[in-house]
Amino acid sequence: MGLLPEPFADLEPYAAVWSLPTEGERYDRRLASTMDELQTFYDACFPRLEAAIAYCDGVPLAEMPDDVVRLMQLIYSLVIVSMPVEAWRQPNVPDAGAARLDRIVEPMP
Amino acid sequence: MAKWPKPPEGSWTEHYPELGTGPVSFLDSISPEFYEDEREAVFKRCWLNVGRVEQLPRTGSYFTKELAVAKTSVIVVRGADGEIRAFHNICRHRGNKLVWTDFPREETSGSCRQFVCKYHGWKYDLDGALTFVQQEEEFFDLDKDAYGLVPVHCDVWSGFVFVNLDPEPRQSLREFLGPMITGIEGYPFEKMTERFVVRADVGSNWKLFMDAFQEFYHAPILHARQTPAAFSIPAAANGFHAPHYEIDGPHGVVSTAGIRPWNLPSEMRKPMEDATRSGLFGPWDAPDIGPLPDGVNPAKCDPWGLDSFQIWPNFVILIWGQGWYLTYHYWPTSHQRHTFESTLYFVPAQNARERIAHEMAAVSMKEYGLQDGNTLEATQTMLESGYVQSFPLNDQEVLCRNLHKVAVDWVEDYRAERSAPSDAAAVR
Repeated sequence: MGLLPEPFADLEPYAAVWSLPTEGERYDRRLASTMDELQTFYDACFPRLEAAIAYCDGVPLAEMPDDVVRLMQLIYSLVIVSMPVEAWRQPNVPDAGAARLDRIVEPMP
Repeated sequence: MAKWPKPPEGSWTEHYPELGTGPVSFLDSISPEFYEDEREAVFKRCWLNVGRVEQLPRTGSYFTKELAVAKTSVIVVRGADGEIRAFHNICRHRGNKLVWTDFPREETSGSCRQFVCKYHGWKYDLDGALTFVQQEEEFFDLDKDAYGLVPVHCDVWSGFVFVNLDPEPRQSLREFLGPMITGIEGYPFEKMTERFVVRADVGSNWKLFMDAFQEFYHAPILHARQTPAAFSIPAAANGFHAPHYEIDGPHGVVSTAGIRPWNLPSEMRKPMEDATRSGLFGPWDAPDIGPLPDGVNPAKCDPWGLDSFQIWPNFVILIWGQGWYLTYHYWPTSHQRHTFESTLYFVPAQNARERIAHEMAAVSMKEYGLQDGNTLEATQTMLESGYVQSFPLNDQEVLCRNLHKVAVDWVEDYRAERSAPSDAAAVR
């Protein structure tokens, strides 16, 4: 039994790392990663993003089984990782230092 | 990009002559003595927004709000009659904090039938009345009616819950908000119940972070790397010009023109914006929220970007042209620190695609906010050095100029009142 719906079996190795339930965990994982790791994740998953969104879109938000929720979480991680990959060229926001903005309320999933 | 017309006086700043055009002092942001008076003059007298009615959906729903700046904590609760009330969060017996969970200094929320003190079990109903005293017969002529929770003035406007710590507020909430703010009544805040809340401890005076988000002069520079060079280079060359500023009493608004990202050449967008059809300005596919009240988009821009209503002292309602809004709160914890809270509100996502578009907007906002917040620590530390004491502000910074003037005016009024106590009593 995989982490993700069967059509996304090729992304399983990334789900093990990036399908994290909260934004705080996803952001911390980004900061703890190297640019090579972020780029590898992005390059593998970005081409599959539209298919993943379309798949999730076919399942009502309130009734998502766990594997679809993990696919949503993988998409959220890809969104967070797109910032360093597409803009910053580094995991942290430039000049942000140790500044934190902690998300304390968020919709689930 | 065409510049927008300015008022007949030649500038937004001169349209409000009491502001002057000279350099500004930020002593109000570095002085511990000023801060101590500001607590009394401003935060213990103003209507302060502490949340929304949706956080109190039914009888017995409550939340606590820590107001370090006023050295108190309040309980906000919906009573059996549906009314929302606020009380100081203190047990009348021996002063224990009444409502908290695990950590006394942290905020909490939930639902209950009554409040029970953890210490000796005194009970209060949702209206604040003391209903039970443990071993009541051991006390001496205890009149329970005289020991209810201490009320805090509380009122609701457009679903926003405000409290006022003044024993006798000088203005009603509506009078305090004034016509410019109440002019946005009718905006469908109540439909936007999907919330993202972020919080940060920021090493600057609260007013300096207010300043950061009430001018967009900084945007093309500080945030240049957020956007592809094809976008950011011309943006910096054009600079920033708002089509509308307005000041009404202590409050202000800045309104901006918008862009339609989906009409820009693709090299001006990030791939993830195309994939999620979303970005900093919000989802490209806006929900249908019906007609807007007159007070929103005052310059009637099309496309329209946003209106940022700066509600004195520390509350911002920022309405985006793309059919969502956010609030900022800046809660001082000392003269050089504050807790910053940003809450994004969307019409609840109906499907995964909408939810992902909201996520993209929330993530983009955070990236910008991290840049802004950290820059402020750099500002605070150098202002405190004291080697430079006056600073030139331009016309796009008119709301910053107003904020610091209002803060100084309120504190000076308070100081004058305190030094002439008999006159002040006579005025009241």
